[in-house]
Amino acid sequence: MKRFPINIKPFGEQAILIEWPNIVSEAVLSDILSFKNQLKEHLSQGFELIPAYNSLTLISNRQVDFEVLHGQLKSWYEISDGIQPAENFLWKLPVCYDLEFGIDLEEVSSQLQMTVAELIEQHTAHEYTVFGIGFLPGFMYLGGLPDTLETRRKAEPRLHVDKGSVGLAGKQTGIYPQDSPGGWNIIGNCPIPIFNVEAKTPCFVSVGDKIRFQAISKAKYDLHKIEGEVGIYQPEKIVLDA
Amino acid sequence: MLKVLKPGFFTTIQDVGRFGYRDKGVPVSGAMDMRALSKANLLLENPVDAAVFEITMTGPTLLFEAPTFICLTGAVISATLNNEPIENYKVYAVDKGDILSYGRLESGFRAYLAVKDGFRSKKILGSSSLYYPLTTKKCLTEKDEIEYNAIAAFDPKISELKIDAYIDERQLTVSKGPEFDLLDDKQLKRLFSKEFTIAKENNRMAYQLKEYLSEHAASMLTSATLPGTVQLTPAGRLIILMKDGQTTGGYPRVLQLSENAITILAQKRAGNSIRFKLV
Repeated sequence: MKRFPINIKPFGEQAILIEWPNIVSEAVLSDILSFKNQLKEHLSQGFELIPAYNSLTLISNRQVDFEVLHGQLKSWYEISDGIQPAENFLWKLPVCYDLEFGIDLEEVSSQLQMTVAELIEQHTAHEYTVFGIGFLPGFMYLGGLPDTLETRRKAEPRLHVDKGSVGLAGKQTGIYPQDSPGGWNIIGNCPIPIFNVEAKTPCFVSVGDKIRFQAISKAKYDLHKIEGEVGIYQPEKIVLDA
Repeated sequence: MLKVLKPGFFTTIQDVGRFGYRDKGVPVSGAMDMRALSKANLLLENPVDAAVFEITMTGPTLLFEAPTFICLTGAVISATLNNEPIENYKVYAVDKGDILSYGRLESGFRAYLAVKDGFRSKKILGSSSLYYPLTTKKCLTEKDEIEYNAIAAFDPKISELKIDAYIDERQLTVSKGPEFDLLDDKQLKRLFSKEFTIAKENNRMAYQLKEYLSEHAASMLTSATLPGTVQLTPAGRLIILMKDGQTTGGYPRVLQLSENAITILAQKRAGNSIRFKLV
């Protein structure tokens, strides 16, 4: 596995930040996740490990001694004696692209000079990598949107975007995990809650996973919505080779 | 049961916070002023993670339906028990039918109310801290009823603590944030030579400051943020993330408040002044 130059910085009294080269890259992300896996064996349970794009933040429930931890992290990264791949999945998430949900579909497809059908075909044809989860519980930062689907954000953000809304903005696509304000162009809705406190695993997606959207009918949407709410819908998943 | 007769401006249930879900975007939450929370639980000999009320700006009116012992800490909001004034950092016995109410805000911004053994509110992902929409509510409303243990006898080891003066402190101790080096000389001078005013945009998620630094064009990849992280927007606005703040962000993290500074800031309201001291 490719190893990168890393930079370890103090981050307040209880956290430490490890930075990889400042690029959006699958190779960097998988190195971060394998190091994170390795750290789980070295560090006590009092640490939370937050990966995102080119960084891994370690947050302790008490004060950390930066000098000591810095030295340990460096040596653990350097002497790592092999690959410790993280287990990741490809999730197939259903999306209803009916105009009832995709309130900006027509506007966006004319901006992109394609038909609504072509837009849906392209959006569902690609796999998107989860480079981070944050901003809101269960909000995924997805990478891998084709250039042909890059759009401008809405000039005025909406005060209310429905939970499950699937959006496009700039180089990003994603799902609003809860009702919130938002400036993305809304092209559909995913009936499956990405974050559900009632579920055994409240958020089934992890950083490093991949997402593929599947177009579904309104009837299927209604069915999955009910299944999702009572917690019996299992999104289809495929184990990714590390 | 504790019955909420009037909820006050923003009364919420908080404990030490919700740990282990930040990698899924769940903020840590918990008491904004951890010092006030821990002192209240200490005096009542509660577990450190016992749930308390966090009362912002104006207090609630509360009816106790069973005997217990209470302790108030943090901001001073002229509390009375059955119309008799009571003080912060003291343990009081309350009886069935007693009414706790609050008056004028005298100092600070967030007051805490603890009961013996803590409030028995539902834990979501390991914490009683309210954070909507993980929890069904974000704050208490009229007629809410919160459970607690009926306790008739308790002999506290310490019945009173001397109140420390942190509530009126204005100096926030900070360390360099991960993107501190982006700051130019002009921005550094402004940051550490003059005071800043708390803007009206302040809540459990973040405190914004009224005065701007100069604009910048630096961009970075989204990365983790913490309570106490000071972000600098491209327009030069300073945003200090607090306990319900987002777990990741894309604005440069120029400073990081000490844990102590977070408790001081938690007691500030719009119009108050603060200054940064780099250590």
